[in-house]
Amino acid sequence: MHELSIVMSIVETAEEKVKEHHASSVESIDLVIGDLAGVDSQALDFAWDSAVKNTVLQKAIRNVIQVPARAKCLECDCEFGIKEIYDSCPLCGEPLLLIIQGKELQIKSMILN
Amino acid sequence: MCATCGCDSEAKISIHRIDQPTSLNLGDITFTPVEPKTTTLPNGRKQIDLEQDILLKNNLRAERNRGYFLAKNIVALNLVSSPGSGKTSLLEKTLHDLKTEESFFVIEGDQQTSNDADRIAATQVPVVQINTGKGCHLDSKMIWDAIQQLRPSENSILFIENIGNLVCPAMFDLGEQKRVVIISVTEGDDKPLKYPDMFQSSQLCIINKIDLLPYVKFDVEKAKNYARRINPTIQFIELSCTSGEGFDHWYDWLKKETIEVPVPV
Repeated sequence: MHELSIVMSIVETAEEKVKEHHASSVESIDLVIGDLAGVDSQALDFAWDSAVKNTVLQKAIRNVIQVPARAKCLECDCEFGIKEIYDSCPLCGEPLLLIIQGKELQIKSMILN
Repeated sequence: MCATCGCDSEAKISIHRIDQPTSLNLGDITFTPVEPKTTTLPNGRKQIDLEQDILLKNNLRAERNRGYFLAKNIVALNLVSSPGSGKTSLLEKTLHDLKTEESFFVIEGDQQTSNDADRIAATQVPVVQINTGKGCHLDSKMIWDAIQQLRPSENSILFIENIGNLVCPAMFDLGEQKRVVIISVTEGDDKPLKYPDMFQSSQLCIINKIDLLPYVKFDVEKAKNYARRINPTIQFIELSCTSGEGFDHWYDWLKKETIEVPVPV
């Protein structure tokens, strides 16, 4: 359940921003989460509900932008979508991949009240 | 001469202190990388385009730990595995065998009890126990707090025994130089495929309990191939904490790490 730590980091950042801008709470927050970021969306939902209680995020609308994973083959340079870290290149079959997208774990933006 | 701007890259760089050293603030990190774009919306609302890594603080603190270790020439190793694969036994035997040759320090992470730290303390090696309560992983702040108490000396080896868990600790950089994942032959040989993040982020994989190979179905080559599919550069050492077989390879690896501590360039 590292999702709880992740939500608590988000709460910490949100509390800081609200204080910094003399706002009262967060109206909405946009998160960017890659398919290979190691975050389970159900666990995140579960952690979110308990971790945002009595914080500036309690009533915030949470939008998650899910980013599909993509990789580049280090042998033949072709780019393709992957489901797992250990997928091989669909063209040449090599397992040497550079993951170019899908590891994102970011707070994109938030709207403060 | 550099082709981009014409600066002379051959010139000797000189770094020197001007006056008295400023006092170091070793408090917590307060660092804002870039001021995010802020837009004022109707009714006094504000939109902040943060684009900030959620684990930014952990990563910053980890880099600070890494700098501290580097400056003191400390080899910090993060030992990760599922519960019961033999992390503490590996440490006990290593400390017992090498403590007269190398200087060791240990940070033990467990949800509850100081049982593991007590085992390490019995080897006379300085140890700090972190109990995370409900927490499923160590983070870089805990390591920072632990090294305040432990005060590892220069040119030492610091073992950080993470919580037994192959999922969550993968995401949290502690500032270690190397991550060592331990699996034992009493587990499934498809562990690397089931927990790819941990095998991708580790540099060494120790396969423990090889004295039990005749009695279990574990296929060593299959496990290695699965791990290489995720991380083609991962190294392997097979050993047994019970029989001592393979420990010479582990000690060679450790000694190589202490010689090859990276110096910032």
